[in-house]
Amino acid sequence: MFARKSSPLFRALRLARPSTLRYRSYASASGTPPPAEGFMPSVATSAFMNNTADQVFRNPELKAFASSSTKKMNLFQAVNEAMDVALATDDKAVVFGEDVGFGGVFRCTMGLQEKYGASRVFNTPLTEQGLVGFGIGMAAVGHTAIAEIQFADYVFPAFDQIVNEAAKYRYRSGNQFDCGGLTIRMPCMAVGHGGHYHSQSPEAYFAHTPGIKVVVPRSPIQAKGLLLAAIRDPNPVIVMEPKILYRAAVEQVPEGDYTLPLGKAEVLKQGKDVTVVGWGSQLYVLETAIAMLEKEIPGISVELIDLRSVLPWDVETIEKSVNKTGRLVIAHEAPVTSGFGAEIAATIQERCFLRLEAPVQRVAGWDIPFPLIFEKFYVPSAIRCVKGIKKALNY
Amino acid sequence: MFAAAIRSASPLARLARPAAGLVRTPTLAAASSLQRMLQRQVSGTSAAQAVSAVTPPTPEGRVLFPGATGSHYTEKMSFNRDPKAMSTYRVLDLEGNVIDPAQEPDLPKEVLLKMYKSMLTLNAMDLILYEAQRQGRISFYMTSYGEEATHMGSAAALKNDDVVYGQYREAGVLMYRGFTIEQFMNQCYSNAMDFGKGRQMPVHYGSRELNFQTISSPLGTQLPQAAGSAYALKLSGKDACVICYFGEGAASEGDFHAALNIASTTESPCLFFCRNNGYAISTPVKDQYRGDGIASRGQGYGMDTIRVDGNDALAVYNAVKEARRRAISESRPVLIEALTYRVGHHSTSDDSSAYRPKTEVSDWIKQDSPIARFRKYLEKKGHWTADEEAAFKKSVRSQILKEFAAAEKIPKPSLDHMFTDVLAGEQPWNLKEQEAEMRALVKEFPQHYDTKDYQK
Ligand SMILES: Cc1ncc(C[n+]2csc(CCOP(=O)(O)OP(=O)(O)O)c2C)c(N)n1
Ligand SMILES: [Mg+2]
Repeated sequence: MFARKSSPLFRALRLARPSTLRYRSYASASGTPPPAEGFMPSVATSAFMNNTADQVFRNPELKAFASSSTKKMNLFQAVNEAMDVALATDDKAVVFGEDVGFGGVFRCTMGLQEKYGASRVFNTPLTEQGLVGFGIGMAAVGHTAIAEIQFADYVFPAFDQIVNEAAKYRYRSGNQFDCGGLTIRMPCMAVGHGGHYHSQSPEAYFAHTPGIKVVVPRSPIQAKGLLLAAIRDPNPVIVMEPKILYRAAVEQVPEGDYTLPLGKAEVLKQGKDVTVVGWGSQLYVLETAIAMLEKEIPGISVELIDLRSVLPWDVETIEKSVNKTGRLVIAHEAPVTSGFGAEIAATIQERCFLRLEAPVQRVAGWDIPFPLIFEKFYVPSAIRCVKGIKKALNY
Repeated sequence: MFAAAIRSASPLARLARPAAGLVRTPTLAAASSLQRMLQRQVSGTSAAQAVSAVTPPTPEGRVLFPGATGSHYTEKMSFNRDPKAMSTYRVLDLEGNVIDPAQEPDLPKEVLLKMYKSMLTLNAMDLILYEAQRQGRISFYMTSYGEEATHMGSAAALKNDDVVYGQYREAGVLMYRGFTIEQFMNQCYSNAMDFGKGRQMPVHYGSRELNFQTISSPLGTQLPQAAGSAYALKLSGKDACVICYFGEGAASEGDFHAALNIASTTESPCLFFCRNNGYAISTPVKDQYRGDGIASRGQGYGMDTIRVDGNDALAVYNAVKEARRRAISESRPVLIEALTYRVGHHSTSDDSSAYRPKTEVSDWIKQDSPIARFRKYLEKKGHWTADEEAAFKKSVRSQILKEFAAAEKIPKPSLDHMFTDVLAGEQPWNLKEQEAEMRALVKEFPQHYDTKDYQK
């Protein structure tokens, strides 16, 4: 049924004229299915990946955990470890979602059902509104519900449960009830071949919703620490995991239990001429852009900030940075109109108006559905980021 | 005065009134008109008849409540669960024999052969495009292995005016309606000839000409849309219905329930066709639902429902043909549950050996194959021979390979199509500006924005 490499069919296809535009990045030679999450070359060599334990614990947020050992892992393994810790340390914790039982389509829940049993780690029927509502209900009576939405693009059937229910549960009951034990994970952002419905970054829809928190980790260390913090935060939290990083991002990650702060941005690179803000996998695009710029303009000094939490967002860190540099560029994959960059730009011009040397620049997806074949023209690529930063510099 | 008001308003005061006084209260007048209304609903008598009749007490001991007018009172307490499983309609046995000759559809040889050849073609196309994805030549693919009879059996029972909504694993339906190999290839290659202008992932076909609405990845969304289209067809008096395909997994979405209910209350001529293939990616049906499959839900929505052997093309054909007749001539939705088995992986992003033993699949193929069953039927009728089979397979394979190579050579759609179709009418300022910015970028940085694969 399935052609093997030696089959005549395989040879027949080989003989056909090869296209120049190959989906090489995820074609696998082994015959096992290729990773659905694509691949991002700049991540493997990124300076933001921690390759040694020393490097890991130099981070002030992790100093307190310096006694633990580290292990090399990718982002899906880090997410898996966070849930493993949550299940081990909280017997009221449960993990569920579509296809979660066998490990999830991105392998994030692998091995958890075997370890904790099918009553704590389980498949749900295929209904996002159902499974999010279910999670709210568990949390409302004191459990810790960790729900997975298979793709952020498919969260919308649950929009009502998140926006009208989870987000208002505490406020509307006068703080009698809450569903703070709910965490909703979902893979987001572009992968190179996702088209309309496997590429979206819906963070801004949720950022418009008082009563929830929204987090986007950039790396395995961040994913583990932020997810554990999200699970333990007394509020419902949405964690958007850039799916392209599940395998592409690999670093040394502290073993055991640790958390990273929600609502706090992180300065990844100090600089004095311009502040650049991004989140998720866009940070690696920005890293590349900054390297290109530094080559082109020797001596240029760019400050790069990982927003990490989209809601609530860390205005202080960005304000401080912009007061130093006088220039701000924000980059995100979601369409520019009403993207989260708009919120940051508006707030920063209110707070830093006299200090700004240039209008705040947004480099973002265009205002069109995410188009499969035009992806490279759609995304806020390194070249577009360079242009945006230069525009801020040369204003 | 206050005391009197309080007394008459209090429940106690009302209880204290003589029962005879109640007879004249408007409440009861309302109740009797409610009774008449219920009686009309139950017996179907006209309003005029009902009004002239003396109002009887609840007819035949039926309940008075408007929520379930067919229900009778009982003094025995019982909870209902696990009614007898709905039976599965078939025409052919596993060896391709017609079990009850009265059930054999009267189909001309050309139609039977068209159905069969379409199955073989779909199968051959799946094999090639699946492999093409493994080689990185297309970005994604989904096969229909094992479900060919649901496609061809249903497609053969439809008319061109019928509107089709698919989920994604119904390429055979589109093929039967006339989508060419070339058109399939162009979509999967996201090339300039793709009707969708390369914007969606492979297998997201659509064809206005063939009345096949474009596939959308989010599950279940097509179901209420299908009901709406069906209602519109009815309003405009068309001799046509809508067929809406979906998986048993998608039937767990809220949209499924919304769709059946709204189709039912609006009496829309919509065929809801469930391909129950046992899996939703890794999720087996036991994690997907309890109860008697998807079919049992149709009755819950007051809908004509049939369960059919989805590997029996003739049974599927008969069921859809009769469902279509009922939908159009009786103005009602129909639910069809076709039982089948997903033989292939969910998609090229999936390795099903991670959640089902390989032997489960190989045993299944040995036990039942819709193509083999249909071939045996055709052979027994003298419509098809092993030689014809070999010749057809060979020619169709080479035709597909030819179309495949041709589609690969066609450039990607022009960048002119990137900003169009977002909105109809004049582009708003933001899109104009953004398109201009994008074009300037491409011009300025040709090394970063290589356009040589794209149509000029
Ligand atoms: C709203 C939504 N949630 C999740 C998905 C991801 N997904 C794609 S196919 C699929 C399984 C569908 O199973 P089923 O409906 O039984 O159809 P089959 O693949 O078996 O033909 C899932 C979960 C999606 N496309 N849309
Ligand atoms: Mg299925």
